Order: sequence, then structure tokens, then C-alpha cells
Amino acid sequence: MSDATFLEFVVFFSAAVMILGGAVGVITMKNPVHAALGLVLTLFGVAVQFVAMQAHFLAAVQVIVYAGAIVVLFLFVIMLLGVDESMDLSIEPIPIQRPLAAVMAVGLVGLVGAAIVRARDALIIAPGDGIATAADAGTHDANIKQLATNLYGDHVFAFQLTSVLLIVAVAGTVLLTRKWPKDVADTESSDA
Amino acid sequence: MIAVIEPTWYLLLAAMLFGIGAFGLMVRRNPLIMFMCVELMLNAANLTFVAMATRLNDINGQTAVFFVLVVAAAEVVVGLGILVSILRRRPGATADDLAELKG
Repeated sequence: MSDATFLEFVVFFSAAVMILGGAVGVITMKNPVHAALGLVLTLFGVAVQFVAMQAHFLAAVQVIVYAGAIVVLFLFVIMLLGVDESMDLSIEPIPIQRPLAAVMAVGLVGLVGAAIVRARDALIIAPGDGIATAADAGTHDANIKQLATNLYGDHVFAFQLTSVLLIVAVAGTVLLTRKWPKDVADTESSDA
Repeated sequence: MIAVIEPTWYLLLAAMLFGIGAFGLMVRRNPLIMFMCVELMLNAANLTFVAMATRLNDINGQTAVFFVLVVAAAEVVVGLGILVSILRRRPGATADDLAELKG
């Protein structure tokens, strides 16, 4: 056992505790603001795991886009709507909903986990073209360069389509949340 | 004795994260929390993509995470837009109350 292996071990398990603890926080917190903070903890844990797997650029994007933009959007909506008060979680509207959901979730994790453990040796081959890491290539931006070549080369059409998706999403949201003037609402029967 | 960290461990962690997200999505009634649970499940998928990229030594897995990120952003924007327009009309509505939408 080398020191590097021990460090990897510590990093993996601390990040795993962050991820699972944050996730449990999201589903158990009574207050939506606390749940959003649990989500931040999970997202940071996932970013740490990305760094551990040499995906440095994705870790940065994870923090900026998820923890920066998406969680801020959640918090903004919570504050905008004023729903930041605690809810009573003891109410269970459908009688056996929670036991059934627990059975389904445990079954799902059990099945997927069994499949992962069984396929452990089958996936040991490495057919890809290789992932450039900073240590191998000698430059610090090897990961970014390789990702950029792949994204803007092989996947450039899909990349263009994502810009269409974002435009449609933004236009649709503006349309949905806009308060229409009374006369327009009457003539176009729009109640958004 | 400490084993070397393998991609299999990341996959198991992602499976657990997905399970927690799925459980929350089925149990919680606040639409905002349900969206957060969907984010948890998307993150589990991202973790799987990067773990498999490492295991298969293929950069395409990391590129796929970009597209998941874009879809997650678009989904949150549209979903929260719908939520704002619903809650503006009916304050305090839960996911169960929205069953009234059916004809």
C-alpha cells in the first residue's frame, strides 16, 4: 500500500460521504432551502470525484454550472415564491406510498449493483483511444484540449443542436411566466 | 489492506445516488424538491459517464456529460417556469393538487 493509494482511498470515501449525505439531506429536509444546500453538497462531492477521475475540466464546469447556476436558480425560485417555510413530512397522502417507494428504490439499487459487480471483469478491456491526463501529456490543459477536439470535431452537430435546445427553453420559459395584458389574454385565451 | 480505487466503486456510488434520487422523487410532494431529486439522478448518470470513460479509456464519455449538463439546465429552466406560473395562481400547491388538471 503506497501513500498515493491511501490518499485516493481517503478522497473517494470522503467525497462519497459528501454525495450520499447531501442526497439524503435533499430528500429528508423539511425546508426547501436546506434541501437546496444538501444538493450543493452532493454536487461538490461529484466534482471531487471528477477530479479524482482526471476529468478536471468537467469538475470546474460542474461547480460553475450546477452549484453556481442551477442551485442559484432553485434558491431564487424558492425565495420568489416565498415557499421557504418548513413542511410537515409526517403527512402521507397515499397510505403505502413510502414503503412501496422504498422497496422499489432498494430493488433498483440492488439490481444495478449486482449487474455492476457481475460485469466487473467483463469491462476490463480498454478499447478507446485513450484519455490525455496532465501527468502523461506534460501540459496542464491536456484534458481541456482533448475534450475540445472531441466536442467541436466529432460532436459538432450535437453541439449546435444544444444551442437550439437552449434557445427554445429560454423562449418557452419567457412565454410561460410572462404576465399577459388583460386584452391580449382575452383574445388569445392565454392564461400563462 | 486497502484496495486500489476502481471504476466499479464509482458505478456503485452512482447507483446508490440514483436510488436515493428515485426514492425522493416518488415520496416528496413539493414540486421543487422533486426537481432537485431529478438533478440527483442526472448527477448519478454523469458520474457513471465519467467512470466508464475512465474504465474504457475513451474521451466520448466525458463529452456526453456536457450534453447532460445542457439538458439539465434546459429542464430546470422550463420546469421552474411552469412551477412559477402554477404557484402564482395557486399558492402552496403540491404535486398531488395538480391532479385537478385532468379533464
